[in-house]
Amino acid sequence: MQQSMLRSFPVMIPTVYLKVVVFIACLIPLGLLIWNLFQDNLGANPIEEVIHQTGDWTLRFLLITLSLTPLRQLTGSGTWIQFRRMMGLYAFFYACLHLLSYVVLDQFFDWPAIIRDIIKHPYITVGFAAWLLLIPLALTSTKGMMRRLGRRWKSLHRLVYLIGILGVIHFAWLVKADYREPIIYGLILCLLLSMRWLKRNTAGK
Amino acid sequence: MIIRIPKASDVKSSEITPENIYKQRRLFMQAAGLGALGLMTGDILAKAEERSLRPLAQLNKSPFSTDEDMTSYKDVTQYNNFYELGTGKKDPYRFSNYLKPSPWSITIEGECTKPGTYNLEDFIRPYALEERIYRMRCVEGWSMVIPWVGFPLASMIKQFEPTSRAKYVAFETLYDPEMLPGQKRPVLPWPYVEGLRMDEAMNPLTILSVGLYGKELPNQNGAPIRLVVPWKYGFKSIKSIVKIRFVEEQPRSTWNVVTPNEYGFYSNVNPEVDHPRWSQGRERRIGEFLKRDTLMFNGYAEEVASLYSGMDLKKFF
Repeated sequence: MQQSMLRSFPVMIPTVYLKVVVFIACLIPLGLLIWNLFQDNLGANPIEEVIHQTGDWTLRFLLITLSLTPLRQLTGSGTWIQFRRMMGLYAFFYACLHLLSYVVLDQFFDWPAIIRDIIKHPYITVGFAAWLLLIPLALTSTKGMMRRLGRRWKSLHRLVYLIGILGVIHFAWLVKADYREPIIYGLILCLLLSMRWLKRNTAGK
Repeated sequence: MIIRIPKASDVKSSEITPENIYKQRRLFMQAAGLGALGLMTGDILAKAEERSLRPLAQLNKSPFSTDEDMTSYKDVTQYNNFYELGTGKKDPYRFSNYLKPSPWSITIEGECTKPGTYNLEDFIRPYALEERIYRMRCVEGWSMVIPWVGFPLASMIKQFEPTSRAKYVAFETLYDPEMLPGQKRPVLPWPYVEGLRMDEAMNPLTILSVGLYGKELPNQNGAPIRLVVPWKYGFKSIKSIVKIRFVEEQPRSTWNVVTPNEYGFYSNVNPEVDHPRWSQGRERRIGEFLKRDTLMFNGYAEEVASLYSGMDLKKFF
C-alpha cells in the first residue's frame, strides 16, 4: 500500500502545481537580494554584493539545469526533465541581472569603459561570451522552435556545456587567492559533464 | 562523600575548551562551509560581543590629513581584507574575537644597533600619537578615508639606530592559527610578510598605527599595531605586526611571492598600470555610487613622487 503510494507520488501532485511552486521558489534569491538591499543589509559595498550574488545564482541555476538529465538517469523519473527549460531560463534571467548590475550599478553606462573591460580583461571577456551564448538558447527554448529546429535544436543546446565551463572560468579568473568556491563549482560541473560522457560511451558499446 | 581518584586518561578541566571558544570555532567552521557555498546573505550570523576599545587621548593633528569625508566607522571596521581572519570581506569583523592583541610583543632585529624584543606598551611609549586622516586604496578597486592614530615609522626607526647596511625594512604578521584561524588554510604562505625600501619607510607619510577613530585598533583592522603606507595599495599596510627587521636585500612580500606578475614589491597606487586582470584607473569610494578617478600615488604624489624619479613604474609596479 505504502509502496504504491510512493511510486505514484509524482502523479499525486499535478506537475502544473509543482511548476508554480518551483517557479516562485526560484525568485526567492532575487527577492532576498532586493529586500537586503533596501534594508541596507548588504554591507559597505552593496554594488559588489549585488553583482556577486546574481553571478552566484547564475552559476547555480546553470548547474541545476545540467543536473536534471543525470537525475533522470539515476532515478528513472522523467519529472526532472519537465523543469529543464525553466531552470535554463532562470540561469539566463540571473545572468541578465548580473550583466545589468555590472552595466548600471558598477559602470553606470560608461560604454567606453565597458567595451575596454570586455576586450582587455579576460575574465570579463569570458563572462560576456557565456552570456552571449545563452541568448540563442533562451530564444529557441519554446516548443515551436524545438519543433522547427528538429535535430539541430539538440546540437545547438549542447552549447550549455560550454557555457557552464565558461561560467566557472569567469568566476575562477577573478579570484585573488582563495579558490575554494570556484573549485566547488568546477567539481560539480566536472561530475555532471562526466556522467553524460560515461553514459554516451557505455551506451555506444 | 565520593572521593574521585583521577585516572591518567581523564581530561583535566584546564584542557577543556571553554564554551565560548568552542562555539566560536563552530561558528567559524559553519561560516567557512556556508561561505564556500556562497549561501551567506547579509548578516545572518550575529557576531559575539566586541572587545571594548580604549580611547586614545591627546592626539596631535597632522598637516598630512585630508579633509575629505571620512568613511563611516561601521564600514571601516566591517568591510576589509585580513585573510588571517577569513577571505570574505566581512570575515575579519565576524571572526575578530579570536585575536587577543594583549599581551603583545614586537621583535626588532637585523642591521641595527639596538635589536631586542619589547612589549607593546614599552615599544610605543616614546612616541606622541597623531591623528592621520588618509585615503586608503585597495588593489581590488575600492577606497576609503580613514582617521588612523599612530606615529611616524621614521621616529621608531631612528630609535633603533639602523646601520648603513640597512637598505630595507621587513615586517611580519603574527603566526598563530588559534588567534588567526584563517592561517589554518594555506590560502597564502603564512606568516604574511611585507617590506619597504628605507627611504619609503622614512617618508613622513608612513606611520605605524595603533588606533582609528580616536580609539585603539579593532582586531579586524590589524590590532594592536599595523603599518599604514597611504600611497601604496592597502595590502602593503601589514597588520598585527610582531617582527620588524632591518635588512640589506629587498625583502619578500607575500602577494608578490604568490602572484609575482600581478603584485610587485612597490605596489604604488598607479592608475596608469592596470592589474593584469582588472583596471586600476578608477575606484569606488565606499559609500558612493559613481566611481571616481584613481590618483597617481593615491593623491600623495607631491610627498612621494621624488622617491621614484627615474624609475620605470610599469616595470617596478
